[in-house]
Amino acid sequence: MTVGVMSGSAAGALHPARLLAQQPDPPIVVASKPFGESYLLAELFAQLLEARGLTAERRLGLGATEIAFAALRRGAIDVYPEYTGTGLLAILHARPSADPRAAYAQVAREFRERFGVRWLPPLGFQNTYAIALRRETAERLRLRTLTDLARVAPTLRAGLTPDFLGRADGLPGLQGAYGLRFRDTRALLPAIKYQALAAGEVDVIDGYGTDGLIARYDLVVLEDDRGFFPPYEAAAVLAPGLAERRPAVVAALTELSGRLSETAMRGLNRRVEVDGEPVARVAGDALRELGLVAPGGDASGPRPEQGRAGLADYLWAERATLLRLVTRHLLLVSVSLVAAIAVAVPLGLALERARRGAETVIRGVGVLQTIPGIALLAFMLPVLGIGLVPALVALFLYSLYPILRNTYAGVRNAAPDAVGAARALGMTPRQILRHVRLPLAAPLILAGIRTAAVINVGTATLAAFIGAGGLGDPIAAGLALSDTRMILSGALPAAVLALGVDAALGACERVVRPGGG
Amino acid sequence: MGAALAAREVSKRYGAIVALDRVSLEVRQGECVALIGESGSGKTTLLRCFNRLTDPDAGVVVVQGDDVSASDPVDLRRRVGYVPQDGGLLPHWPIGRNVALVPWLRGMNDPPALADQALRLVGLDPAAMANRWPRELSGGQRQRAAVARALAARPDIVLLDEPFGALDAITRADLQSTFLELRRELALTALLVTHDLAEACLLADRIAVMHQGRLEQVAPPGELREAPATAYVRTLLARARVVG
Repeated sequence: MTVGVMSGSAAGALHPARLLAQQPDPPIVVASKPFGESYLLAELFAQLLEARGLTAERRLGLGATEIAFAALRRGAIDVYPEYTGTGLLAILHARPSADPRAAYAQVAREFRERFGVRWLPPLGFQNTYAIALRRETAERLRLRTLTDLARVAPTLRAGLTPDFLGRADGLPGLQGAYGLRFRDTRALLPAIKYQALAAGEVDVIDGYGTDGLIARYDLVVLEDDRGFFPPYEAAAVLAPGLAERRPAVVAALTELSGRLSETAMRGLNRRVEVDGEPVARVAGDALRELGLVAPGGDASGPRPEQGRAGLADYLWAERATLLRLVTRHLLLVSVSLVAAIAVAVPLGLALERARRGAETVIRGVGVLQTIPGIALLAFMLPVLGIGLVPALVALFLYSLYPILRNTYAGVRNAAPDAVGAARALGMTPRQILRHVRLPLAAPLILAGIRTAAVINVGTATLAAFIGAGGLGDPIAAGLALSDTRMILSGALPAAVLALGVDAALGACERVVRPGGG
Repeated sequence: MGAALAAREVSKRYGAIVALDRVSLEVRQGECVALIGESGSGKTTLLRCFNRLTDPDAGVVVVQGDDVSASDPVDLRRRVGYVPQDGGLLPHWPIGRNVALVPWLRGMNDPPALADQALRLVGLDPAAMANRWPRELSGGQRQRAAVARALAARPDIVLLDEPFGALDAITRADLQSTFLELRRELALTALLVTHDLAEACLLADRIAVMHQGRLEQVAPPGELREAPATAYVRTLLARARVVG
């Protein structure tokens, strides 16, 4: 199997249409959120744009609604698939309308007026929330509707996504509409909720109506008999001004409007999430079946068939892509680390000279360390957008503390008798710093750099959520597509990289140890 | 012969503690004076006034005729040799580079050659020692290297802060006799801090007894023994006899 998300941009680069089109226009940046259907829809958009002679750049798996939409507003991305219900509730914070047409009309109007963002006509299917149980549970308790569920809910354990737990159209609203009270409610990430349900860890989960995994685990979806869930029609949303600047994009993408039914979508999702087929191939097949691209004109190019080959074979087959991701990852780590060294080491030295307040400054920098990675990225989004720059800034901020702390401790505690003698024999403060304190502190400073580097290699996998690339890409995609092999293809190289960076810096540490080691 | 080192009415306080209380002392050219007293008597504080590691609150400190408060402390320290108690060798520099430190700081010609000469003066073989690290040396060798470092730029004056205090008795005796030879050979002016009366009697021309920030008596060893000026000096002598 080839990973659509990983090889998509390489395929795009080879596409004949791109070679023929001598246009100076920048590529259309197509993004998705980090779940399977969003990847698939984004890939459909991208391949369709490429088939119409436009260049597409893929930024798949962006953090979540807030990150993807903020990126769209700033024009950091051009298009991504969104759902009307999400637009109403999560972005406009409006009360949802039960009528799909009214909901679409409202988001289309308000997004244009408030953000200049354009909704293209819906793709044709709805993907609303689905409350799902194991077939055995549903049959034993004779559950068919959410009203039935409310009756027995106090005996059941629910595993719900954090999103669903907090949203007005999620559990809080559902409790109001049906009087649902579960015996126990726990937060589960989308990537593991189906396995948790199948394994009997929980009895009820929230899913999406078109999830392929509902079929895979033979689950029962309860009917929303009181019409609580708002409509979730999928559509392409465009960055402000894009429709006016690039009418060809609108023309190409509206060819998909109304063409994707729920049945068709569930089938496509199933191929991706259950059968593990590459997103790019499933999207290409779908476009051919819809007659939107010519038969045989596989937009993603021929791929070796790998089926369910072992992990080692998979890693070997993906080596070119992985090498590119490792290079990108190393770029993220090294640039942010070098910047952090350039700031934290001089700052640590300066603080040694001005000891008053040093602890306050260092603790202040330490507070940065406690901000969760994804939250830090979200804070910076309005200012820095998405992609390489905010990822570098975040990694830079995370690297400061260990380097600063160790530099300060190292120069402050460097052999006090040697420092005293150097001063008594006529070294200037600057000479003492350069020739005594700094070399004596070097092993400790390097240990701080080493700590920062290893943490950095791990943290850099989060960069995928803001489209900065690196080994987080296959991890995010694998989580979204329930593909363990894909997750490992990012996580294993990241672990090896961390060990390698640690060993390399460990060797440097031995070299700088004073007194010849 | 004029005074190489002079302190006149020097006082220094650290908060409520009086470290030096109107102390006056002269060290003549080529003379060795030992400052003796217990911890907290002010002997190290007085020593540190002569190379401006400490600046007194009141009084005048003179080195070779110049008031040190008018001189640049870095220049002053490069002119005056200094041996700390713990040696204070830079652990990340080989012995040769450590000993060449002051000639290098002063921009003298060929610091490594001066370092080699200084190592020979203190009885260390430059060929065997120059490239070794401080931690590879014994305590006695390290202290010899520290003395060599103080002498490498050939200063006229050396300040020594309990230089042999941390060594075992045999090693200490070896270093003491080396120091005596060096003094004669180089006609050094030396101010030596020690808490050991026997060492003071052996090495110094005159002994200055300090107690609670004041000078109790300044006299040659024989005179000190014959005519202790104060009760404290008598106690000091009595204790030394019991111990020694």
